[in-house]
Amino acid sequence: MTERDPAIEMIGVHKWFGEFHVLRDINLSVSRGERIVICGPSGSGKSTMIRCINALEEHQRGRIVVDGIELIQDLKRIDQVRREIGMVFQQFNLFPHLTILDNCTLAPVWVHGMPKKDAEALAMEFLTKVRIPEQAQKYPGQLSGGQQQRVAIARALCMRPKIMLFDEPTSALDPEMVKEVLDTMVQLAMEGMTMLVVTHEMGFARQVANRIVFMDDGQIVEMNEPEAFFNNPQHERTKLFLSQILV
Amino acid sequence: MSAGAVTDSHQRADQAVFVRREPSPALPPPVTLTGPIGWLRANLFSSVFNTCLTIIAVLLIAWLVPPMIRFLIIDAVWTGNDRDACLVTELQPRVGACWPFIGERLAYFTYGSYPIAERWRVDAFFALLAFSTAWLLWLDAPRRGLGAVNFFVLLPIASYLLLSGAPILGLPAVDTALWGGMMVTIVVASVGIVVSLPLGILLALGRRSKMPAVKLLSVMFIEFVRGVPLITVLFMASVMLPLFVPPSWSPDKLLRALVGVALFSAAYMAEVVRAGLQGIPRGQYEAAAALGLGYWKTMGLIILPQALRITIPIVLNNYVALFKDTTLVFVVGIFDFLKTIEVARNDPKWATPVTSATGYAFAAIVYLIICYSMSLYARRLELRLGVAEPRRGRARRRLRVPEGNGGVLGQP
Repeated sequence: MTERDPAIEMIGVHKWFGEFHVLRDINLSVSRGERIVICGPSGSGKSTMIRCINALEEHQRGRIVVDGIELIQDLKRIDQVRREIGMVFQQFNLFPHLTILDNCTLAPVWVHGMPKKDAEALAMEFLTKVRIPEQAQKYPGQLSGGQQQRVAIARALCMRPKIMLFDEPTSALDPEMVKEVLDTMVQLAMEGMTMLVVTHEMGFARQVANRIVFMDDGQIVEMNEPEAFFNNPQHERTKLFLSQILV
Repeated sequence: MSAGAVTDSHQRADQAVFVRREPSPALPPPVTLTGPIGWLRANLFSSVFNTCLTIIAVLLIAWLVPPMIRFLIIDAVWTGNDRDACLVTELQPRVGACWPFIGERLAYFTYGSYPIAERWRVDAFFALLAFSTAWLLWLDAPRRGLGAVNFFVLLPIASYLLLSGAPILGLPAVDTALWGGMMVTIVVASVGIVVSLPLGILLALGRRSKMPAVKLLSVMFIEFVRGVPLITVLFMASVMLPLFVPPSWSPDKLLRALVGVALFSAAYMAEVVRAGLQGIPRGQYEAAAALGLGYWKTMGLIILPQALRITIPIVLNNYVALFKDTTLVFVVGIFDFLKTIEVARNDPKWATPVTSATGYAFAAIVYLIICYSMSLYARRLELRLGVAEPRRGRARRRLRVPEGNGGVLGQP
């Protein structure tokens, strides 16, 4: 395994929800340190695609290789892959019965077997990075949406992942809180994290993405660098989508 | 928009542009909303229907309560040595409750036929139970984790040694056939309480398991036990259990009833826990999975702590029901509290027209005190959990605290 190998490789991935064909022949290769923004109309399979990467959804055909480990239905493998990947959800999904600090230390302690003291030091380091160390002793319900989402980012980072997946991280936020979360994500991008972000924040996409993937109807319709994607979209669906979103 | 505010801000009413320069003052609420009259109006006479209910309730209380007080206190006999004290004579034309009967047989109601010389062991058990329960239930107690270990591990062992006896420790064995009274009621209820929750959790997890065999077995057990009355379960435990185990190991009568009660309440507990598990959003499972936590860690660290917290009030409610259900063990020949009263009221020494009523009144009062305190605790806990843990939805919106502002709400 060398640094040249892709971080994520999806080859001919198909997925069905019952009769419904949600992902059709997805081919995507993400290299290390690359930042991919995935956009598209709702129901186009964006979330399903990134949820397949850490096996929250099972794909039925094709191959997904993450950091050199192929995802097959073997629980040990799946847990191994999940440790390499941090995930941030639309609804934050913090654990409401634990303090912010315990939310962050839980996985390092129980998955990596890290001593509690070290895990707390690590958690404080990342909470400082997302600029809310003073909230460590509070419970998620006492924080604003933007703060909760930043905690969710810190919690994922505490596992020291090589790849971060973001599933519409700002969609559930009140408008005035979107920026604080995006700023944190930009900072993360600047540090060279491999990121896959499903989002409608086109400003963010322009600023940090290396490539933009446009999905529709379960397929990748267009994939390009931001400049070309926004200024010179090729596919009709992309043009229509951009004309609706960039008013 | 009050006229005052408009004048204050030097705006004309017909202008569409408006900027408030001074806050509009807070006024006290009208008198009809506050004070005793306001309370009466809001709570007792808010509508015609409620007014009718209030009147009916007052009439019912007036009809039932005075005779009850007369029987239990005013006309009651407080001293005496045998039935003669509680008979109607010219000196006492009206006889209420015969309390000396209860006084004399109180030890029997408490210990049954447990040998008198060994009864200190039962007292020690009661003391230990009271201490352990208080430690577990008192929410601000120190070292509550240790309290739980004490309650679920040490207490059962110590109780078994104390009550059943351990010749090695110098405690002579006492056959369970001699056990009786409140002691048996409490033993049966406690075993039911201690065993049914963990067993119920396992059954609930089994029912939601993805493994078909585990799921099928759990569903069959839960639905079968829930589908038959407790009496049937007790008879089955009493009659059929000896058929399944080798004769040399024949379990004693009390143990069989304990198994029956524990399995019965575990099935109900499983459904309560399942309801709690269903209340946990899928995102919690996904977040745990995304962090690389396996099944048991996800359940033990993330899902069950939240699910049990939601279900605690219902669990306690089930415990109240379980405590009352223990009276049914008399059908398999066990002398629980109610059964000892049943036996004592037929004692010729105290045979009077009021003996039975006195015995049942005493039983009712004892059960009422125990069950009502459990309900009270459940309600307090519910309030406290509701306040202590601001959760999803509306609660979260209300509780958004700006950064740097120390928590408005107390920590749980």
